[in-house]
Amino acid sequence: MKTILELSRVKKEFPIGGGLFRRPTGAVRAVDDVSLAVHEGETVGLVGESGCGKSTLGRLALRLLPVTEGRVAFEGRDITRLPESELRPVRRRMQIVFQDPMSALDPRMTVEEAVAEGLFAHRLVTTKAEARERVAALLGKVGLRADQLGRYPHELSGGQRQRVVIARALAVEPRFVVCDEPVAALDVSIQAQIVNLLSDLSEELGLAYLFVAHDLSVVRFMSDRVAVMYLGRIVEIAEADALYDAALHPYTQALLSAVPVPDPTQRDRPRVVLGGDVPSPSAPPPGCTFHPRCPIAEKGLCDRERPPLVELRPKHAVACHKAQP
Amino acid sequence: MKPLLRVEDLAVAFDTEGGELVAVDGVSIAVGEGEAVGLVGESGCGKSVTSLAVMRLLPEPPARIVRGRILFEDEDLAAAPEARLRAIRGQKVAMIFQEPMTALNPVLTVGVQIGEGLRQHRGLTAAAARKESIVLLAQVGIPAPEERIDAYPHQLSGGMRQRVMIATALACRPKLLLADEPTTALDVTIQAQILALLATLRRELSMSLLLVTHDLGVVADVVDRVVVMYAGKVVEEAEVRALFAGPRHPYTRGLLRSVPGFGDNAGKKRLPTIRGVVPDLRTLGSGCRFRDRCDERIARCDEAEPPLVELAAGHRVACFVAAGGA
Repeated sequence: MKTILELSRVKKEFPIGGGLFRRPTGAVRAVDDVSLAVHEGETVGLVGESGCGKSTLGRLALRLLPVTEGRVAFEGRDITRLPESELRPVRRRMQIVFQDPMSALDPRMTVEEAVAEGLFAHRLVTTKAEARERVAALLGKVGLRADQLGRYPHELSGGQRQRVVIARALAVEPRFVVCDEPVAALDVSIQAQIVNLLSDLSEELGLAYLFVAHDLSVVRFMSDRVAVMYLGRIVEIAEADALYDAALHPYTQALLSAVPVPDPTQRDRPRVVLGGDVPSPSAPPPGCTFHPRCPIAEKGLCDRERPPLVELRPKHAVACHKAQP
Repeated sequence: MKPLLRVEDLAVAFDTEGGELVAVDGVSIAVGEGEAVGLVGESGCGKSVTSLAVMRLLPEPPARIVRGRILFEDEDLAAAPEARLRAIRGQKVAMIFQEPMTALNPVLTVGVQIGEGLRQHRGLTAAAARKESIVLLAQVGIPAPEERIDAYPHQLSGGMRQRVMIATALACRPKLLLADEPTTALDVTIQAQILALLATLRRELSMSLLLVTHDLGVVADVVDRVVVMYAGKVVEEAEVRALFAGPRHPYTRGLLRSVPGFGDNAGKKRLPTIRGVVPDLRTLGSGCRFRDRCDERIARCDEAEPPLVELAAGHRVACFVAAGGA
């Protein structure tokens, strides 16, 4: 399978403190030495709790944010330092769908204008009639009616708005889409409709997704492979079923066991309840950053040495000193 | 079980620019002593309005209780004067919300906020209230409570703030806790901590719980009985195991099936969905409110609203088809 996106040893630091006339007092390392490849037509899920860096990683992949260190390659070409003018044609092939469709859409633009904007910007159409035809076809593809062309965002429901955002992303015929919590703001029954739509589109158009979400069951449903992030690093990555059925990292195990199961007969299932909070990324603990909360941490090892991400089973890599294959 | 709270035929309307909107239309819910009841449904179904109406926390106007009674320990809160409500709120019935930052006062320390209820309702002195607050903070699992008591809300993490809000709610040992999406804004590992904490406290204080949530996983993990709402009405009510094992209303069935983690959904290519969207409450017309999205619709569904009927002990459903098949 051909690689469409490749992140190599990517780091992203945000300055803290500082202001107009003051120097920053430090830096938060939001993404810390992450390497990740997404293949053509593949969906890679990215999970983790707030502040783990998963959304930042999605933005680095699209170069919506510049990396501090490392390399970003798209369709085999290094785009890490590509100037904006050369980046433009590349941008057409990579798109993003955000969590909140209301803030992603301009309230003064109709559905037609919002979806057609990209078509004109990338000169995919020249006339209004041509654009209308394309937009109508796109709306059909995402399950909206052509008579909704003239509607404004506030006249649509949350699910319909997210369909508009998806249509707009697809308008420029991307090969790779970052979906950042695309269903988190939607009700369960609508969430299922959008999840089905995204998965149909990937099959039909051969799209690759980086699917960023905190809802572990949605991610399992969508993804071929899943990466788990903790404090800016990938701690485990594997094929979806392998990760959910046989997680090797204690954090992944705790995360999975914390997910409420919609089955009251499983109420007394064994659970790993983690103590404490996620530490601040501005002062990460030494060694393995998970060790203060880890049930199997070894003194003298885990609090000193940072575990590398190693393939313990075929296609299943873990960053943990104590994980057993 | 002796009912502690009985909501009977409650209807709540809002005056809006587009006319009157009846958000809750004839809802009856009972919560027994020590019982945990889950109130579930999607956005706009009226679950939060119901819980806020119980505490009489809706701004009136624009909200208005059109009919019904809210009996708490046999006293009708729907007709109670504000002074009486103030005495009950916090002391006998407490509430926690989704977003602790909006429920906590940003300019007061944690200790002042917890102590407020203790001094007002339990008549403790400032020194005694401070001591008791430290005990409460320890009880909800806040490390170093002697230090955290002087912290301001913004100095705490989301999980810590939620714990502080729970401590504030529990300060007067309420008999009933209303929790509106208490863990929705939290990460799963923190959610697990808070749910475990609520379960422990409920056991220790034999407190009743009305849990308002959209998360069916949380419901399955926490409550004894479930009430499902759709478009302002109760459509199904059952003991939690009975509901998940055999949902009878087409809406409940559709809702459960569309959860990615439900049953064998994980291995499927597509998720089952409920087509369409929730109806506009202003243009309902007659008939069952779910009929436009229902696959089992029959002629009767257009003519009248199905009443809530008991199909098995404690299992009530508002559906002509389900009732006919019983």
